[in-house]
Amino acid sequence: MNIVVCIKQVPDAKDVRLDPETNTLAREGVESIMNPYDRHALEEAVQLKEEHGGCVTAVTMGPPQAENVLREALACGADKGLLVSDRAFAGADTWATSYTLAKAIESLGEIDLTLCGKQAIDGDTAQVGPGVACRLGVPFVTCVQKTRASSPDSITVERMMDDGYDLVRLPLPALLTVVKDINEPRVASLKGKMKAKKAVIPMVSAADIQAAPENIGLGGSPTKVVRVFSPEARGDRQIFTGTVEEQVDQLVQQLKAHL
Amino acid sequence: MEYFLTEEQQMIVDTAREITNEKIIPVRAELDENNQFPREILEDIAKADLFSIFVPEEYGGFGGGCFDIALAMEELSRGCVGVATSFAASALGIFPVLIAGSEELKEQYLPSIASGERWAAFGLTEANAGSDASGIQTTAVLDGDEWVLNGTKQWITNGGEAEIYTIVALTDPQKGARGASIFVVEDGDPGFSYGKKEDKMGIRSSATRELILKDCRIPKNRLVGRKGTGFITVMKTLDISRPGIAALGIGLAQAALDEAVVYSKQRVQFGKPIVSFQAVQHMLADMAIQLEAGRALVYAAARHIDNNPKNMSKASSMCKVFATDMAMKVTTDAVQVLGGYGYMKEYPVEKMMRDAKILQIYEGTNQIQRNVVGQELNKEYS
Repeated sequence: MNIVVCIKQVPDAKDVRLDPETNTLAREGVESIMNPYDRHALEEAVQLKEEHGGCVTAVTMGPPQAENVLREALACGADKGLLVSDRAFAGADTWATSYTLAKAIESLGEIDLTLCGKQAIDGDTAQVGPGVACRLGVPFVTCVQKTRASSPDSITVERMMDDGYDLVRLPLPALLTVVKDINEPRVASLKGKMKAKKAVIPMVSAADIQAAPENIGLGGSPTKVVRVFSPEARGDRQIFTGTVEEQVDQLVQQLKAHL
Repeated sequence: MEYFLTEEQQMIVDTAREITNEKIIPVRAELDENNQFPREILEDIAKADLFSIFVPEEYGGFGGGCFDIALAMEELSRGCVGVATSFAASALGIFPVLIAGSEELKEQYLPSIASGERWAAFGLTEANAGSDASGIQTTAVLDGDEWVLNGTKQWITNGGEAEIYTIVALTDPQKGARGASIFVVEDGDPGFSYGKKEDKMGIRSSATRELILKDCRIPKNRLVGRKGTGFITVMKTLDISRPGIAALGIGLAQAALDEAVVYSKQRVQFGKPIVSFQAVQHMLADMAIQLEAGRALVYAAARHIDNNPKNMSKASSMCKVFATDMAMKVTTDAVQVLGGYGYMKEYPVEKMMRDAKILQIYEGTNQIQRNVVGQELNKEYS
């Protein structure tokens, strides 16, 4: 089973600041980590490979230093890395990113399964996984909490819902986005780290993956961020007390008063 | 302080640190409370290749030395000395094979130890053979192509959990210590069973159990090294393993210091965080000074041993004594800094203090270590 895992390098959530000038996250001087959901996608890919054989390729779009996150993926069991890096990709929104990643994945040849984290902890959109699937023209399921069964031509998964789960079987090739419940990521092994240290990670440009210039980077991004701000804390909270009936009455009164 | 670790050594530290932070710290209180063996964590440690550190490369290991093992043990013990002891005991159990075993035995056991598929344990102590290890009564008699072992081993770490046991037994009881030999006994060997499981003050997640050998029959080739050389191998084994135990003291003391400093910055009394009081600052300073002195000695001793010197006993014993006495002092002081809260199970320092005590006792009491240092001094100045 040939599997691709899409990985994003994100600023460590312990230290998030906004740049009011550019309306983007301030990334300078902030430590970068592998997006936590992507660690689970990677672990699932490695487990599927251990079961079925094949190859796990970790793919990331980002600046040259995003190579670090691919080395970490190699240490955790990925076989290969692919760094998709070009100045022309800068400023991409989820639309342009999905297009770019899909082109990169297509450049890898026959892929049975693509795994992504549910969302990245910086942008929090959860759009790139489904976007990549649509670009690739493969079926997808989001928020997968468990792989029930897998074979060379299909995979059966549990999709997390508010109250329980959906059981979905997809033909392969397909794309899944995963939640943290799916597995417990392993700690990178010493041998894995040694291998990762020595690995040569190929870097591909927009031209290498035949990405159309009008679809990538800031120019290819329909999303325009108008303003980014931290919401002001609202101080006017009220806690109702008494029996449930009394509390409901008070709530209804308050709601009416604010109509 | 900067100890100029190599890139590989830093990898060992980082890997063990990840295991500690992600796998050990979240569950250590529960393991302690329930006397629960950390099987899953040891499996994670195995997957991370840490069991391979002390196995030579030709047997699938990392080919590390005493210092590399000490670095891993220090990090693991920062999380839980019980877990770290279980890890350490596997190294201790296989050292006799590494030191004196035949090529056949090495090939038979080392690869599965390196992969962490099987764990080892070291069976020396008996009811009447503690500090005086020459008092062992377990015997081994050759009967055709098999050795027949009889006796009971006591307080064996990883007992009942390990698959491979190195057992010290007398092959020539008249000769005393010179008549001792080491054998590999496997879980499931006929006549080999487990007895009483101990309920301990500290390191409660580690398994400590009796091993019962009752006409236990094992193949002839399971003799480790030559007959009658058991005690020499035991002494060499302990010389190499003691810096690891010392490192457990370093990791534990570091954890206690971390807790104490963080707490002292948060705890407000008399209108100020208690860290601003000189009485508290001096305690913390003394803890840090002793800890760093201990670390420097352990690292120096481990590096000394890795250079294969003629005499390693003195350095090995010195670092064991200093680091473990220090750990007892530092963990006790950490409880003091946290005051009443420190005495409660909601905070981790009471467990640290309980765990520290065993470090002064096992792998040779600190009194025995001082004997070793004293005897070596006596020789040096003769």
